[in-house]
Amino acid sequence: MTGFSRRRFIAGAAGASAAIGMPQIAYGQAAARVVVIGGGFGGATTARFLKKASPQLNVTLVEPNRRFVTCPYSNLVIGGWRKLDQISFGYDRLAKAGIAVVHDTAAAIEHDRKRVRLAGGRMLPYDRLIVSPGIDLRWGAIAGYDEKAASLMPHAWKAGEQTLLLRRQLESMPDGGLFVMAAPANPFRCPPGPYERISMVASYLKQSKPRSKVLVLDAKENFSKQPLFQDAWAKLYPGMIEWVPVGKDGKVVKVDPKAKTVETEFGQVHKAAVANVIPPQFAGKIARDSGLADQSGWCPIDPTSFESRLVKGIHVVGDATIAAPMPKSGFAANSQGKVAAAAAVAMLQGKALGPIGMVNTCYSHVGKDYAISVANVFRVVPDRGLIEVPDSGGTSPRQWEDENRRLESVYADGWYASITGEMFG
Amino acid sequence: MKIHIIVAGIVALAVAPASAQTADVSILASTCSGCHGANADGSGGIPGLKGQQQAYIADQLKAFKGGSRPATVMNRLAKGYTDEEIAGLALHFSRLK
Ligand SMILES: Cc1cc2nc3c(=O)[nH]c(=O)nc-3n(C[C@H](O)[C@H](O)[C@H](O)COP(=O)(O)OP(=O)(O)OC[C@H]3O[C@@H](n4cnc5c(N)ncnc54)[C@H](O)[C@@H]3O)c2cc1C
Ligand code: HEC
Repeated sequence: MTGFSRRRFIAGAAGASAAIGMPQIAYGQAAARVVVIGGGFGGATTARFLKKASPQLNVTLVEPNRRFVTCPYSNLVIGGWRKLDQISFGYDRLAKAGIAVVHDTAAAIEHDRKRVRLAGGRMLPYDRLIVSPGIDLRWGAIAGYDEKAASLMPHAWKAGEQTLLLRRQLESMPDGGLFVMAAPANPFRCPPGPYERISMVASYLKQSKPRSKVLVLDAKENFSKQPLFQDAWAKLYPGMIEWVPVGKDGKVVKVDPKAKTVETEFGQVHKAAVANVIPPQFAGKIARDSGLADQSGWCPIDPTSFESRLVKGIHVVGDATIAAPMPKSGFAANSQGKVAAAAAVAMLQGKALGPIGMVNTCYSHVGKDYAISVANVFRVVPDRGLIEVPDSGGTSPRQWEDENRRLESVYADGWYASITGEMFG
Repeated sequence: MKIHIIVAGIVALAVAPASAQTADVSILASTCSGCHGANADGSGGIPGLKGQQQAYIADQLKAFKGGSRPATVMNRLAKGYTDEEIAGLALHFSRLK
């Protein structure tokens, strides 16, 4: 019996039958144990789908926070469109679904012994492990921008207190003030996110502080859905937003949080009334500390299963992975989590998963009754790996009736309700 | 003891349908729920798929793909699926209760 244990084998087989709607077969043996680190988009989805595929599987979810605040729609909180508690979710329904939810932090993964050590001291043995810790910010990558600086110049790139801080700063900003955003180079969490945020900030300022200006200093030459965003800005917020690409000295290299100044590569200093600094990022600490990340700071995976290419028996999903051309989005993490769950169940059974397909759609609100989107369908092709299906997907058209922009804003809300319902409902 | 374990395993495998095609469609279909709702019963203006007629779902997906039914996003997504996958998806959602 080398290579697989009795409990893995049996739970896996029963799991596969459950996944495709066959009656359950109970054997009365101890169930296989799957531990999931991180209760966000990737982790909560994976835990739900593991349990769905194989109800007798022993699924433990480790997440320090009792309430998860979604980054999606946090830009709407910054714009004053939603309240934070409308985008916050508890884990009760996961527990009701039979998932053991442990509110603690994974301190170390001992992969040679197949167990996770929690900060509180507990050990969680596993047969397979799923890791979805999201991102960490690279403190110091921009000179002067560390954790302390973030309390004066919020990043708001992890939702919660930072989101509220940026909102409060906007509310107390004088009319005629300058809002400055430093946007990062690729790859980073949520490619259209900074520009949705700019739209939300402009919508608030236009209404409440119309003499104010918005300056985006960008470390890249172009950005996601750029023509659609810029068309919307010209139409809805004419003259308010200036976007500076890296080639025009847009890259912020240094900040002074007390003076509220940001400095670019070629030495221009901009004084802000409110500064939103989104620094470069890498995979969450637990992934980097456990040998799951390579020198880039992100985690290489096999896209057919999202198993780590560096450590067998561990799947990594979500923002922490290298999964281009998939973006680092909540929808992508959700789609990846479903693949990882199915793959983990199949592997417990000693089988491989067949060809898989994944989807991503990122909606961005740019103004009232006006949203835009980018949609993609992905699959894994032998020899070529993870690809976007040719001639599919793409962005909303540039020339379009207002009614379609309005419909996309309605569908964006529908998407948000669906995906959060699937995780937490 | 070991012999018993192996036998139990083989029996379990034999009752689990081995068709890779079916399993694939269940993964494809699971990606639709990000918009159409965890149980595919629709969400905030996005129509439900659960229990719709198999032929209707297949026809709509083909119409999105070919461009004869206008759409905001389904036209872009439907182009990512083969006709066999569309048939599998239609069957899957028509059977949901
Ligand atoms: C402003 C903004 C807007 C966005 N809008 C959208 C959008 O509209 N649509 C979209 O699809 N995506 C959007 N995103 C992107 C989306 O938020 C991320 O892609 C998504 O959260 C990634 O999921 P994840 O599971 O990798 O990480 P997360 O969702 O961040 O989850 C990681 C979880 O792991 C936990 N964790 C970390 N380390 C440990 C540890 N050691 N032990 C235990 N738990 C741990 C964390 O507490 C966290 O809860 C947006 C992002 C931002 C910043
Ligand atoms: C990004 C969100 C999104 C995703 C993902 C998505 N859909 Fe849709 N779907 C919509 C929207 C919105 C409509 C309404 C038509 C439109 O504007 O695109 C729709 C309409 C449909 C319809 C027509 C329903 C009717 O009653 O006429 C079908 C069928 C459908 N989708 C099937 C699917 C399938 C199958 C998948 C997964 C492969 C899927 N959809 C994934 C958003 C989505």
